Amino acid sequence: MTAPLLSRRAFAAAGLALPFLARVAEAAVPAGKKFVVVICRGGMDGLSVAAPVGDPDYRPLRGGLALGDDALRLDGTFALNPALPAVHKLALAGEARIAPAVATPDRARSHFEAQDVLETGAAGVYATTSGWLNRAVQSMAAAGKVEALSVGPTAPLILRGPAPAGSWSPGRGVDATSRLPTLLQDLYRDDPLLGPALARGLATETLARESGAAGDSVMGGQMRPAAGQGREAAQAMGQSLAEFLKAPGGPQIAAVSLDGFDTHANQAPLLSTRLASLDALLDGLHIGLGPAWKDTVVLVVTEFGRTARANGTGGTDHGTGSTALVLGGGLKAGGIVGDWPTLTRQALFEDRDVYPALDLRALEKGLLADHLGVDRRALDATIFPDSAGVRPLLGVA
Amino acid sequence: MTQRELDAAIAVTRFGLGARPGEIDAASKDPRGWLKAQIRREGADVFKTDGETSSQRLAEFREYRQEQAMARQDKAAPPPIPPGASMQMEAAKPAADPVQTARQFIRQNAAGDVLGRLQLASETDAGFRERWALFWANHFTVSANKVQLAGLVGPFENEAIRPHVFGRFADLLGAAETHPAMLIYLDQAQSVGPNSRAAQFQRRGGPRRGLARNDDQPRRTFGLNENLAREILELHTVGVDGGYAQADVTEFARALTGLSIAGPREPGVEGVVFRDATHEPGERTIMGVRYAQDGKAQAGAVLADLAAKPQTARFVCTKIARHFVSDDPPPALVARLEKAWMASHGDLDRVAEALVDAPEAWAPRPAKLKTPYEYVVSSYRALGQEPRGLGQVNAALNGLGQRPFGAPSPKGWPDEAGPWAASDALVKRMQFAQQLGAVFGPKVQAPTELAAQTLGARLTPAVAIAISRAESRPEAVALLLMSPEFQRR
Repeated sequence: MTAPLLSRRAFAAAGLALPFLARVAEAAVPAGKKFVVVICRGGMDGLSVAAPVGDPDYRPLRGGLALGDDALRLDGTFALNPALPAVHKLALAGEARIAPAVATPDRARSHFEAQDVLETGAAGVYATTSGWLNRAVQSMAAAGKVEALSVGPTAPLILRGPAPAGSWSPGRGVDATSRLPTLLQDLYRDDPLLGPALARGLATETLARESGAAGDSVMGGQMRPAAGQGREAAQAMGQSLAEFLKAPGGPQIAAVSLDGFDTHANQAPLLSTRLASLDALLDGLHIGLGPAWKDTVVLVVTEFGRTARANGTGGTDHGTGSTALVLGGGLKAGGIVGDWPTLTRQALFEDRDVYPALDLRALEKGLLADHLGVDRRALDATIFPDSAGVRPLLGVA
Repeated sequence: MTQRELDAAIAVTRFGLGARPGEIDAASKDPRGWLKAQIRREGADVFKTDGETSSQRLAEFREYRQEQAMARQDKAAPPPIPPGASMQMEAAKPAADPVQTARQFIRQNAAGDVLGRLQLASETDAGFRERWALFWANHFTVSANKVQLAGLVGPFENEAIRPHVFGRFADLLGAAETHPAMLIYLDQAQSVGPNSRAAQFQRRGGPRRGLARNDDQPRRTFGLNENLAREILELHTVGVDGGYAQADVTEFARALTGLSIAGPREPGVEGVVFRDATHEPGERTIMGVRYAQDGKAQAGAVLADLAAKPQTARFVCTKIARHFVSDDPPPALVARLEKAWMASHGDLDRVAEALVDAPEAWAPRPAKLKTPYEYVVSSYRALGQEPRGLGQVNAALNGLGQRPFGAPSPKGWPDEAGPWAASDALVKRMQFAQQLGAVFGPKVQAPTELAAQTLGARLTPAVAIAISRAESRPEAVALLLMSPEFQRR
């Protein structure tokens, strides 16, 4: 250890706001409830996440991409990808469920449009510039403080917006002896962008250190592998996030992104690596949260699914319906979430994709209502604009 | 402060990559003329590499794969050393895992390219020309998301992008879409027409090893991959609202079949090939236009038409205005750029001149937050330095979420403040400023003078005072680099 750790007192003496630490007792979210959204970017192939191995059309459509005997059985129809052992274990314990045919309202098959709709929660593309999770935070914050955090070096759209949201990624920690943070806060006093961002960043650093989320990165003064995609990095990221979520006054709402799910060619090994990272992230979160897992709901989503048929290059092209995962220690019992439209030729969307049987917003609205007590009016009008026609899917969490 | 002094600071920091000492002075005689002098038909500068072309890098990678396959067949054989690997490496890692060794070798290639690119940006006295090149490299993103691509992104930029950035957009488009790096990145290299001769031959039980293959993966069926076709339409030309549908994407993908890279069974050929045998036969209809079956020329005709479409001018000019001026670009500015584009049939030097001439581009308020790459480069420029090794700068860029040659998707790096202004990122920017301050600060004679040289008329009194009151030179430098006016442009 080279620099002395910056104590809470030193921070206070430096005149810095400590938003997390000052608000321990006043959470508006039902006590202790936590909600995490994991975005798998690139269009995750739902049929390889939770494969309908019992659907007679699955193997003919998928050919060499069909999962083999090592797939992890869930029920008579579905089996998880072998790269998801931790999710499978949770599923067998009733703490993970699949929603096998979900989609946003967007049908353009463009990553960027679809991610925009996925993250803004709007009915159409480029309709708003803030994220639905941010507006959910804003809505809950009306009744008391709610903290939100994204993990990773850039701020994901889902958490950008009017409600303040912090971000964190592994790093070397802040030099406690430096006057610079204080001087900068002064220079940024009238800066609406840099001022609040730096203040929150410093506060999050403090929380990271005090909660243990920073892990080894502070102790050795060394950078931990930053925001990597490997299993170990993902596991560590999950555990760091768990430390944040458990910390008194820490965030209750969080968002994480994983990249690399756009598998047009040579899909099986590429996707296996990505799913292994996802599995490790979720495993790290589950283990790290310990008893708090029972108060946590994790939703794993992607912008769209992929073609039901394998393409000509050992991969799949942009499609529509995909699979979402819902995980948490307090999930309600039940099978799959939503209906399974099957893979018969007539059932496919435009003779090409998994039919979008469930509007993803219905699932998201249901989780916000059941788990976090968000009221219907906010869900219909503000958080998911113009979505009164999309009824919350209740009873999952 | 005169208008010309402010314009000089804007020219160097907003259009350019940030001031090196003396640069704002140099621009102050005629800020617009200083910028226009950087526009040249022959293109942007290429950055220094080890001199290897994409064809050479492809050949090395392929030879290595072949040796690796042979080594697998004969387990007793010693692990192959990638061609070109130094004796030192050979001696240091005699029993290294061949895959790891190859990856390390490719990484060294890539690291050299990244460093050359950073050094050019840090040193050049034509910062506008370089920013213009970086814009187009991002527009036609190739990201090193496959091992093979790590050594190809640098050559791609030098071969396909930089020579064309002040020429005709159609030429730039053609060069970018037919470069081996793009064909690999967006999976075109493997795409085969479902009714092509090769696919029919294979269906009749042809050989297991296909023409489109340059490795030894297990057998798979031949067929179409629509990735490149979609991204050309959505990201490179008309944009997602450009008036195409799924059927156009698929038709375009069929037209593109045949375009691939040379495989091991095509000795003496490197890089891009067009194979009649994998081209989907027949006429294609794309966005209402019929394209006769014309082999290689079919896709070329589609690209030429896309380049000429007004939707393309609108889409790309909006991106230029967003990059240079504001996340919400003034419509009048976009209109000016579009007009120059359409009048010149996509002459990009004319578009660059129109940007310099546009009054909207000179608004005093700096609306753009620097991306991490711009922040790091402009920091070295301010100090009159350049990165001499990759260690520190790579760690900074990784930590800030902008890994060199590693854009997260074909859309490239975001060009708006939102994603980059994460609270964690501000802390990491501060840490980078502290590191540079610690390394270079002690040598800075007069920090207040450095601030004036760096920001010119854009330096605010508050920041000037804070720097003058700094308790050390490193602290003064860190304050300068973290000042609101240095973080923006």
